[in-house]
Amino acid sequence: MTLYSEKVMDHFRNPRNVGVIEDADGVGEVGNAKCGDIMKMYLKIDGDIITDVKFETFGCGSAIASSSMATELIKGRPVSEALKLTNQAVVEALDGLPAYKLHCSVLAEEAIKKALQDYYEKNGIDYDRAQFPQCKSCGHCDA
Amino acid sequence: MIYLDNAATTKMSKTAIDAMLPYFDGIYGNPSSLHSAGQAAAEGLQNARERIAACLGCTAKEITFTSGGSESDNQAIRSAAKLGERKGKRHIISTKIEHHAVLHTLKKLENEGFAVTLLDVDESGLIDPRLVEAAITEDTCLVTVMFANNEIGTIEPIKEIGAICRGKGVLFHTDAVQAAGHLPIDVNALNVDLLSLSAHKFHGPKGIGVLYARKGIPLTNLIEGGAQERGKRAGTENLPAIMGMAAALEEACASLGENAKRIAALRDRLIAGLSEIPHGILNGDREHRLPGNVNFCFEGIEGESLLLLLDDKGIAASSGSACTSGSLDPSHVLLAIGRVHDVAHGSLRLTLSEETTEEEIDYTIGAVKEVVGYLRNMSPVWRDLMSGKREFIIK
Repeated sequence: MTLYSEKVMDHFRNPRNVGVIEDADGVGEVGNAKCGDIMKMYLKIDGDIITDVKFETFGCGSAIASSSMATELIKGRPVSEALKLTNQAVVEALDGLPAYKLHCSVLAEEAIKKALQDYYEKNGIDYDRAQFPQCKSCGHCDA
Repeated sequence: MIYLDNAATTKMSKTAIDAMLPYFDGIYGNPSSLHSAGQAAAEGLQNARERIAACLGCTAKEITFTSGGSESDNQAIRSAAKLGERKGKRHIISTKIEHHAVLHTLKKLENEGFAVTLLDVDESGLIDPRLVEAAITEDTCLVTVMFANNEIGTIEPIKEIGAICRGKGVLFHTDAVQAAGHLPIDVNALNVDLLSLSAHKFHGPKGIGVLYARKGIPLTNLIEGGAQERGKRAGTENLPAIMGMAAALEEACASLGENAKRIAALRDRLIAGLSEIPHGILNGDREHRLPGNVNFCFEGIEGESLLLLLDDKGIAASSGSACTSGSLDPSHVLLAIGRVHDVAHGSLRLTLSEETTEEEIDYTIGAVKEVVGYLRNMSPVWRDLMSGKREFIIK
């Protein structure tokens, strides 16, 4: 398979942190079934630290691998650091994605941000809304 | 490897390879050359042309060799459009489920001032010949409808459509790329004026095909140059490939009936097995179906990840998902038969060949069940469907 890097295939074949956190402190879902990918992130946050993270993804190989890699990059890290996670960081950690699959990494970034936003909202924590742009991952979403 | 992507391409048959070999280093002359080496090649070329013509029920002069199905489609449509234009007729009728070689050519003609009507198909992908009849106007110069669909395997009522076109004096082209070598073809009985086929879909070599054009229909060149192919397709003939194609087509046509029967039995076994997966649906017509085609949509999953995991299990398959095409939209064929985007992304095409075995089919049924279950377990869409938060589209 030359479409994807070995890293992508590894995270696709053996995705890390798949599943659900029933009592999650923050949940974020992005994407649209119409576009062919949906990602859902569940966060457990203790103090300022993301102590646990799980994901569910409906999507292609790179969507699953991007979700898996993104969870690895933020697990055990402070919230402030997770907020800074960019899709480029996910792509680099995966040793690259084909150009037309880059939106998968954007979805992963957005899913985490949305879960963090949910955490802030649920806990009445004041936050900078400008840090959470609207969904921009795909051109023809109407959701 | 269990190769179930025979609609994409096939393994070459031993017969076809053997037919090619002498033409690489033995009979390597140019068929246009006057010397004996050239004439030996010309003899091979003529022989191949006659044998292919016999398989299609036409004369050798009605056969033009091309680089494959796409070129044949392009040239057939361009030629008919040119003829129409001369008579002031600039309307072409086709369907929404054609191959891109047809659809993109029609799009170009539309930009050049032609009017194009793309007919709807029903839920099983069938075209109603009455719709064709109703769409024909005094301006119509061509009707082009595929013989059998490459994705969902539906076989169209070509003979009936051909008869309507014949009655109205409109040229009829059919893209028979998926049909040739798998279904009986007699251009006269089917009322076909122009027909495209491609060798690598019936165990012949890649990069070679045929455009059949009924006597009296002048072709328009896509490639200018020498006088090969009666001046209608320039370039030294790919003789080894032509010999391989002739052998492959003859071989396929000789055992067409028994092959179709055996493959269709395996196809039905596969369809029965995959039908056990809940919230899945067979795409394409149950009865009017290519012997080797199986195509399903499974709700709650995406096709590319399904293909990658099947590949890991040694199964080569295909999907109409957007993610496998590099575009955002899933297959235009699945959309045309009424599958919504959400469902069309989760499609799986398995296409069988003469070499497919019952053991392979049984293994594949098990593997698809396992992989679909695995992907659904990590799909938030599936979770919402199961909890009732989202409504099932495939009941």
